[in-house]
Amino acid sequence: MSVALPLGWSVLLPVLLLAVAWAAVAADAVVAGRAAGRPVPWTVAAALPGREALRLLVGQRRRAVAGDELLRGVGGAVLPIAALLAAVVVPLGLRPVADLGAGIVWFNAMEVFAWAAVWLVGWGANSTLSLIGGYRFVAQGLAWELPHMFALITAAVGAQSLRVTDVVAAQQDLWFVVIMPVAFVAFLLSVAAMAFWGPFGAPLDRDIAGGAAAELGGVDRLVFMTGRWLLLVAAAAMAVPLFLGGGHGPWLPAWAWVLVKTLAVLAALVALRHRIPTIRMERWTEFSLVVLTPATIAQALVVTLVGLGEGGLS
Amino acid sequence: MNLQAFLVVAAALVSVGLFGALTQQSIVMLMMGLELLLNGVILGAAAFWYFLAPAGTGGQVLIVIVVTAMAIEMAAGFAVTTAIYRAKRIDMTDDAAELRG
Amino acid sequence: MTTALFVVLAVTAVVAGALVFRVDSMARATFLLLLSFLAVAGLVLMTGLQYLGVVIVLMMVIEMVVMAVFMIMYMMNPAGLMPMSMFHNTRGAAVIAATTFVALAGGALLVDWPVRGGAPAPDLTMALGQSLMSGQMLTMMTLGVTLFATIVGTVVLAAGRGRYDRLGDELDAPESDDRDRGGVGR
Repeated sequence: MSVALPLGWSVLLPVLLLAVAWAAVAADAVVAGRAAGRPVPWTVAAALPGREALRLLVGQRRRAVAGDELLRGVGGAVLPIAALLAAVVVPLGLRPVADLGAGIVWFNAMEVFAWAAVWLVGWGANSTLSLIGGYRFVAQGLAWELPHMFALITAAVGAQSLRVTDVVAAQQDLWFVVIMPVAFVAFLLSVAAMAFWGPFGAPLDRDIAGGAAAELGGVDRLVFMTGRWLLLVAAAAMAVPLFLGGGHGPWLPAWAWVLVKTLAVLAALVALRHRIPTIRMERWTEFSLVVLTPATIAQALVVTLVGLGEGGLS
Repeated sequence: MNLQAFLVVAAALVSVGLFGALTQQSIVMLMMGLELLLNGVILGAAAFWYFLAPAGTGGQVLIVIVVTAMAIEMAAGFAVTTAIYRAKRIDMTDDAAELRG
Repeated sequence: MTTALFVVLAVTAVVAGALVFRVDSMARATFLLLLSFLAVAGLVLMTGLQYLGVVIVLMMVIEMVVMAVFMIMYMMNPAGLMPMSMFHNTRGAAVIAATTFVALAGGALLVDWPVRGGAPAPDLTMALGQSLMSGQMLTMMTLGVTLFATIVGTVVLAAGRGRYDRLGDELDAPESDDRDRGGVGR
């Protein structure tokens, strides 16, 4: 029944995620340079993540007066751990590191730890601006979580299973993005939102001097930012088994398809990032609750009715 | 790992939660006590299901009900707190005594 | 191994739960409560209820983050930088809590529990879903209606400005006078 990969892969998984995150950061730097009219050469961009990491590693850590160092440390550490734990159910090819029966719920549960992480980092620094950043993320999160959950549920309903490998198996002939486009779009939006990145970057925005990460320096900042990129990569990789057919595809082996599709999702997100301004929380909240939530519920209903029409639970 | 051990832990959670709910002056802290109490109920339900009647789904359904009750308790509690805070700037149980007989 | 895991999770659940009422910082209290919930979720997972255990984790993380926001909103001393006592009737409550514990734990240890009947279904999540959608349908519908009533009731209670404040007594204002405009322009 279980098709999980051998245990050794749990060591390899962080390496893979970091490698993809490295590529995403480099690509983001190139696109950002082009958008700003100061092109960054590929060679410079490719070395940028490593240079930045080294700079932060030797950099000075910051401590706030009367800050809650314990909670801040916990928050910073939880972010990358949550991203890794969320990624264990993503099939690398056709087999995930852990083939959980409630895999989709597991992914959801791990990724909401980011809420706690960002809020804790914002709170622990004892700085008004970083606490505002933490609150912004919670406000955004409350808005995107509902459409996000309905998107996940829609994929689960389509496959009639919460097991991610079953969802992939159900897409052998037809990718779910074709029959549930609204859910896919909602999921893509929430990928950027859960990593508080791009148009959803308000929690770390410049208007509050870096927000939740304002008081982070040195290795604390490195861990936090790495966690954020890992979360983006893990969520983008999850879009592949849920909506883009997982490892299914002609010619290439399954693992290559997963990699190609993940990179394509990330490329789309990075390309869009510099064309869309940061969205304010109150605007996003109303749009999410008034437009996106009903739309995703309707999408789930349509997929459910189609499933029932085809004979219901098999 | 046996039923008795699970139930004693659940009883401890219920008692600590009860103590918190009875002693806390702040309404929000009082609700944390209630949450802890229900936490113990969840554990008890899981234990009864697993050790006594694993064939049925009654225990699982009970957990679903308790989890829903926690969500409702939180939402209703915070709504009431917000309402009386708006009206009277009260956030302590001792000050909200209109219903005292 | 199983026993060690059980002891660790059980001690974590109870100690973190008790510390909730000891620490001065409200943020710490909230996240200690979350730790207690996570430990109980671990214990629920140990009984094989994978779906419910993970759902408890999912729900409690969100709930405790929301709880933290309200804690800080309604406490006069949220960071606990000036320790103060916020208790009343400690002695009476301690007696009641201790009596409850003795009664419950005593019952747990003294009752002659029946032997385990039957075996768990192979797919517990499926069993739960089918039960909720057939035999326990009434439960599910009651939960749904109750949750809906809660949503309506809490919004009515908590909202500072209703639609008559925003759109006028006749609800005929062309647009609301909200300070923060939403994204759909209502």
